Amino acid sequence: MSGNSTYEPKSGIERWLDSRLPIVRFMNDTLVTFPTPKNLNYWFTFGGILALMLGIQLITGIVLAMHYVPHVDYAFASVERIMRDVNYGWLIRYMHANGASMFFLAVYLHMFRGLYYGSYKAPREVLWIIGCAIYLVMIITAFMGYVLPWGQMSFHGAVVITNLIGAIPVIGSAITTWLWGGFAVDNATLNRFFSLHYLLPFVIAGLVVLHIWALHVTGNNNPKGVDVKSKEDTVPFHPYYTVKDGFAIGVFLLLYMSFVFFNPNALGDPVNYVPANPLVTPAHIVPEWYLLPFYAILRAVPDKLMGVILMFGAIAVIFLLPWLDTSKVRSMRYRPTARLYFFIFVFVALVLGYCGGQLPDDQVIPGVSGLMLIDADINSFVWLSRIATLYYFAYFMVILPVLGLTETPIPVPESITDPVLSHPAMTPAGAVASPEKRG
Amino acid sequence: MLRKNIALAALGLALVAGPAFAAGEAKEPRSVAWSFAGPFGKFDAAQVQRGYKVYREVCSACHSMNLMFFRNLGQKHGPFYDPDYANPNDNPYVKALAKDIQVNDLDSETGDTIQRAAVPADKFPSPFPNEAAARASNGGAAPPDLSVITKAVEGGPDYVYSLLTGYVAAPAGLKVGPGQHYNPYMAGDLKAYWTGKGEAPQGGFIAMAPPLADGKVTFDDGKPSTVEQQARDVVTFLSWASEPKQTERKQFGFGAMIYLFIFTILLWFSYKRIWRNVGH
Repeated sequence: MSGNSTYEPKSGIERWLDSRLPIVRFMNDTLVTFPTPKNLNYWFTFGGILALMLGIQLITGIVLAMHYVPHVDYAFASVERIMRDVNYGWLIRYMHANGASMFFLAVYLHMFRGLYYGSYKAPREVLWIIGCAIYLVMIITAFMGYVLPWGQMSFHGAVVITNLIGAIPVIGSAITTWLWGGFAVDNATLNRFFSLHYLLPFVIAGLVVLHIWALHVTGNNNPKGVDVKSKEDTVPFHPYYTVKDGFAIGVFLLLYMSFVFFNPNALGDPVNYVPANPLVTPAHIVPEWYLLPFYAILRAVPDKLMGVILMFGAIAVIFLLPWLDTSKVRSMRYRPTARLYFFIFVFVALVLGYCGGQLPDDQVIPGVSGLMLIDADINSFVWLSRIATLYYFAYFMVILPVLGLTETPIPVPESITDPVLSHPAMTPAGAVASPEKRG
Repeated sequence: MLRKNIALAALGLALVAGPAFAAGEAKEPRSVAWSFAGPFGKFDAAQVQRGYKVYREVCSACHSMNLMFFRNLGQKHGPFYDPDYANPNDNPYVKALAKDIQVNDLDSETGDTIQRAAVPADKFPSPFPNEAAARASNGGAAPPDLSVITKAVEGGPDYVYSLLTGYVAAPAGLKVGPGQHYNPYMAGDLKAYWTGKGEAPQGGFIAMAPPLADGKVTFDDGKPSTVEQQARDVVTFLSWASEPKQTERKQFGFGAMIYLFIFTILLWFSYKRIWRNVGH
């Protein structure tokens, strides 16, 4: 689609096709000859892993849809029926359910990589934004998929999340009714969620094509964050990265399959094996682990509308990152101060995830009663969530913009193959170990 | 740096994978060494058979198992599996078990509701015609369906076992309502019913009376019929019923993991070989 293609059609039919639809050329340029920086580490293998996960989710999902019944009276039993009576149905369903968790695990590590090595900076802003869009659609798809088994958590989770729309002034409740297809979460809601859950993965697939297209215009970032200067800096994608990604996929599959075969329900909530009952609300409504940080942000705010705005804002701010980070240096290897704040950010995101799974009023340190501050004890998960939420937004909106202008990065290597600085272990000892030089 | 990152990621996984629940007021379930636990765990057919008997003679009076068919009892890795009958509907033992149970049906000639002996293709019948009837007969609390019970409760088989064997006399100072029973493993909040000294006791009230008693079920294989044994056996049966394909899953998984492991090792050597001349 772009860049310098080195594809030479070898047979008559390839030449014929190439002058009409250069699809073989595109695949060749994408998967075979694509010049890739030779210093990519394992953090750069998650793109391949994610492509595989999308494929697995699509295939298992299409098979599940052949047996699933999207009706409030039959959905729960049809899912169990798949696991009991469909040939290898247990394998297909557990691959799909755990696949969602693994998909999110991989996407978080992929985003971590992007954040750490500055993969969102010029000229890769559009690439980054498409990636954010994929993540957003993934969240919506996963949420709708979780509703389909029609267990207690499916139903009450759907009630809680769709009710959030009602916080929008004036038109909120009308939109909620429109989304539900009625005046409560019911059969119409389940049906449309099934329809959209089937549709959206193909939207993701389309976005993935755009994501790869954008990647192939700019080329890969790399751990040093410096541009490719010469042919010396790169190797062809195949076989060098097909084999490296392949190895990483093998390791990832070992983790994924250990859940599927030996602990398939470990990542899910047991309450979702109780059929949905609108009259009985579970003691503790929580989303799946991958959405807990956003749930914590939502509950940190006493005002419903503000909570919803902040929750969506937490995702929206990631879209704006290319313009919020003012530093010209991409890789945090050469930004010791930013690196420190980044690791705090990662820790804070994990803390938010933990808070999301706790009851807001429970004590963080058991047995210690602290001060009442405004509406809650200072020693409670709601206050821990508030502090963490503050840092979450401050990292994007204050720390990164200011740091780029004030910090002094350590010297960035001239090129990827620069022999002196080819690996962090070979950089002068003082260079990495003195983040205090300038704050 | 990489090592640090991996450590952080591992920490993250450990944090999120842990049970994301605040403990209630109930007592921690006792932990039992189940034969079916772990990647190589298997069901003991004799134990699942005894457990089925406990379900049939005790639990099924109030609890349905709507996802279970009699044929399930004779399928591979099921309690009455016989390799001579690959199709469990032909299994004579399963046929005999089903025959003892009456199920509702329609007379195809007249359209009248009739009762007939069950066949392996029939579902386990429900003890009550509908949920309202179940509730009315049980002091307002409908007995839950037991088809997937061990994976539908926090604590799984340990919890069900602890609940069944955990009935104790209510401590003095605890006001137990009519039709209610005290159980320390039941989730609940007893503060409002507590007039004794100190903190209210752990546990809650449950509408189910202690279901098991020594000698209540006679085991065909001569096992002593203690409450302990009945509970162990019925929980094993319920765990099998919750995941009838779990032995197949684990055996299949063992092969798949070995295959994946060898495949990954080969990829590692391919990677090393392909990259051997590239400085990176």
